[in-house]
Amino acid sequence: MHSFGYRANALLTFSITILAVICGIASFSDNFNSPSPAAQVQVLNINWFQKKPDGDDEVSLTLNISANLESLFTWNTKQVFVFLAAEYETPKNSLNQVSLWDGIIPSKEHSKFWIHTTNKYRFVDQGSSLRGKDFNLTLHWHVMPKTGKMFADNIVMSGYSLPKAYR
Amino acid sequence: MDWQGQKLAEQLMQLMLVLSAAVGFITGYVLGSFQTMLLIYAAGVVLTSLITIPNWPCFNRHPLNWLEPSVAEKYPKPQPSANSGPKKKASKK
Repeated sequence: MHSFGYRANALLTFSITILAVICGIASFSDNFNSPSPAAQVQVLNINWFQKKPDGDDEVSLTLNISANLESLFTWNTKQVFVFLAAEYETPKNSLNQVSLWDGIIPSKEHSKFWIHTTNKYRFVDQGSSLRGKDFNLTLHWHVMPKTGKMFADNIVMSGYSLPKAYR
Repeated sequence: MDWQGQKLAEQLMQLMLVLSAAVGFITGYVLGSFQTMLLIYAAGVVLTSLITIPNWPCFNRHPLNWLEPSVAEKYPKPQPSANSGPKKKASKK
């Protein structure tokens, strides 16, 4: 503490160290949040279901996605990234995950929502195994923090299946 | 600043920064607002810097008393050559 510059430097470095510490504690406090999200997806319509010229199956769906993700938001949440994936098994792959729709929820006010949409991304198989296929629709979310650790989880909804013949 | 003042300024800086961080964190957590925490902490940092960095008079209340030149001349400084000779002889023995 010998001179003006010495004190200014000491204050600057100490204040930045303390800032890092409180951001770390803020991120740690997210562990005390026990979320209870809910979601439901209805497949309203199979718009078309074809085999593409290159041999892969493709299906277009109209979905109604409704969810209540309010409990995921904490004081340290910047936004929640949510996406819906169709998951199924084929002889070729033990797990296929195809992302059908995603969105960004910027705040708690927007986290209770429903959306009526066709699939944003194409539902294409690696091969031709989709006829009569049973699949799960899993809603995944990533809680992106303002500082610190990101939490990710999902809800699996099962019981969906594709028709046995092309349309 | 004098030595006592430097110690006081350093302790005051550390205490005030930790306090403003604690107050900011608790307020932000209770209100659920990250921005509030950062604003309170930033205000605390600015306040601390205004109090501890400049050379305020309160940090100069124990100034060092240097000797007057006329008094200092009465006590001659020790001569380095007279001391080193006898010391070397003692170690050789």
